[in-house]
Amino acid sequence: MTQAEQTLPESDERIKERSSFHKALIRPELGGVCGTILVFLFFFLTARDSGMFSPAGVLNWSIVSSQFIIIAVGACLLMIAGEFDLSVGSMIGFSGMSIALLSVTFGWPVWLAIITTFILCMGVGALNGWLVIKTGLPSFIVTLAFLFILRGLTIFAAISTTSKTIIGGIRDVAEGDWLAPFFGGKVLTGVFQWMGDEGWIEVYTRGIKKGQPVVEGIPMLMVWALVLVIFGHWLLTKTKFGNWIFAAGGDAQAARYVGVPVNRVKILMFMFTAFCACVFATAQVMEFGSAGADRGLLKEFEAIISVVIGGALLTGGYGSVIGAALGAIIFGVVQQGLFFAGVESSLFRVFLGVILLLAVILNTYIRRMITGEK
Amino acid sequence: MKKYKLLTAAALSIAMAAPLALTSTIAPAAGERYILVSHAPDSDSWWNTIKNGIALAGKQMGVSVEYRNPPTGDLADMARIIDQSAASKPNGIITTLADFDVLSGPIRNAVDQGINVIIMNSGTPEQTREVGALMFVGQPEYDAGLAAGLRAKGDGVKSFVCVNHVISNTVVAERCRGFADGLGIELGNSMLDSGQDPAEIKNRVLAYLSANPKTDAILTLGPTSADPTLLALEENGMAGDIYFGTFDLGDNIVKGIKSGVIQWGIDQQPFLQAYLPVVVLTNYDRYGVLPGNNINSGPGFVTKDGLTLVEKYAGEYR
Repeated sequence: MTQAEQTLPESDERIKERSSFHKALIRPELGGVCGTILVFLFFFLTARDSGMFSPAGVLNWSIVSSQFIIIAVGACLLMIAGEFDLSVGSMIGFSGMSIALLSVTFGWPVWLAIITTFILCMGVGALNGWLVIKTGLPSFIVTLAFLFILRGLTIFAAISTTSKTIIGGIRDVAEGDWLAPFFGGKVLTGVFQWMGDEGWIEVYTRGIKKGQPVVEGIPMLMVWALVLVIFGHWLLTKTKFGNWIFAAGGDAQAARYVGVPVNRVKILMFMFTAFCACVFATAQVMEFGSAGADRGLLKEFEAIISVVIGGALLTGGYGSVIGAALGAIIFGVVQQGLFFAGVESSLFRVFLGVILLLAVILNTYIRRMITGEK
Repeated sequence: MKKYKLLTAAALSIAMAAPLALTSTIAPAAGERYILVSHAPDSDSWWNTIKNGIALAGKQMGVSVEYRNPPTGDLADMARIIDQSAASKPNGIITTLADFDVLSGPIRNAVDQGINVIIMNSGTPEQTREVGALMFVGQPEYDAGLAAGLRAKGDGVKSFVCVNHVISNTVVAERCRGFADGLGIELGNSMLDSGQDPAEIKNRVLAYLSANPKTDAILTLGPTSADPTLLALEENGMAGDIYFGTFDLGDNIVKGIKSGVIQWGIDQQPFLQAYLPVVVLTNYDRYGVLPGNNINSGPGFVTKDGLTLVEKYAGEYR
């Protein structure tokens, strides 16, 4: 502390002064930002001419990243609140199948099928949370149970009603539905058509789509990802509820003493994670027009990996939604980028492991600088 | 603190050095480039023959070939890989059509971008026409199952269990349905969802057979389910007694056929499914010549007779 500052009456001797540069640098997202830059630099050097940075290539890895972002936002908030959800992947398969069965097999209108599925999923999320709170068991175990329960139910429901594990035909029944385009539609199609007409982006050279741009528009999946990130970041950093999330994950007992409704916060976060999984599934079902009983396999780990790459602590109470989103982008870009770079596909997991390790090392280092723990 | 600085420095230097190491692994982009996209998870060993098949064809034709698959076998991920393969502008894409709803869009888009597509392994000739692909190279699954069922009926089989390790692949499940129809019985509960893990498959087969001891025959759908089933039969003493037929070949299956535990293996000759599309595409790109119809790579029954070559190349080219 300098002489000049000491004379200022409003300066508080309990607060350590940091330069604004230091403050800007030392944030939970720093690791994610560095990682994103490194990853893009890496692929720009190795896969520049492979079509990875053509409009269709960019859309490809953006969609994959958006998928990761959607489940990572939910997983991130839940993890900051101090809990895990391992049932995310099974929930994706479950909700996709629920929409398909209700709409195609039972003939419900698609909007009703979607809304019912959302209610069902958030109900399961609430049940997850309630069980964790009531039994005091680790959420790891409770949600692991639901990983199996939901997957088994999904396969059973599909086989027993239709004797198939993949149910198609959703695109036909969703035709003209008012809610379906919010998940499976595309926006800004006019802009892309115009860019195609102007010759700025590639167009189809043959077939029924001749003259249409290869990139038709921005899928709603990406809009959902953006909306969820903004909502999550706002909730976590700008609201009282956000502070409660941090408090519930940091030290639940201490939070209870100061009047934070820890149980409510945790159950709501389980429901939000389920909601995110359901958004993922609905968008996937609407885009591809079919639901499969094995959809979403291992997605729970992909969500957790994204969050961890983004700098959140596995033990709760620390992390950022922006970081998780960057983690998801790193994950998505690496996964798709390795294909573009022509790397043998079996090496993907090796790279993933290395990145995960590097990210955690970097994040631990940054966190120690922020919190001052040694 | 100092320890972490060192670690970070090491991490960063690895990250910076990696691009250099990577560039050397990329195949030279001279000549035509073809990408084969499969639906198989990393754990499915059957696809090794496919990898060897395209590698050999690539070498013989002087073209570069790549193999891509979704690591967990998620078909939605596979759709993204097809999109991405199209974005990388190859001369042709060879892909399976494991789920028409999911994959027809991306395949159609690739075709419309001027990329030649051949459907291999999974799919039907009608679906192949519908997505605008050049041809289908594979084994019609229902017909193969039916043929196997008729053969088993002739051998006096009246009931069976179908060990299905890829329950999500509707096309493969058609084999069980065809087999049941060939026998002239209802499929009912005869299809066993075995999962992918060898120990689980073995134990589920054991459990099924002890619950249903009157089962006449076992049908497995590939080495992934056949190998553990062989072990299960050795363990409960039914080996050689129960009628055992399987789809596809592998080291253990060939040994099983030789020792008489397995009556026959249906070979759909995956090698041809990988090798022929590369040859066809290359000749089409170079000279504009194209065979006029779909190519059936199977079915062919492999029995105890004539096992020498099969044995030699099992798991590699057979």
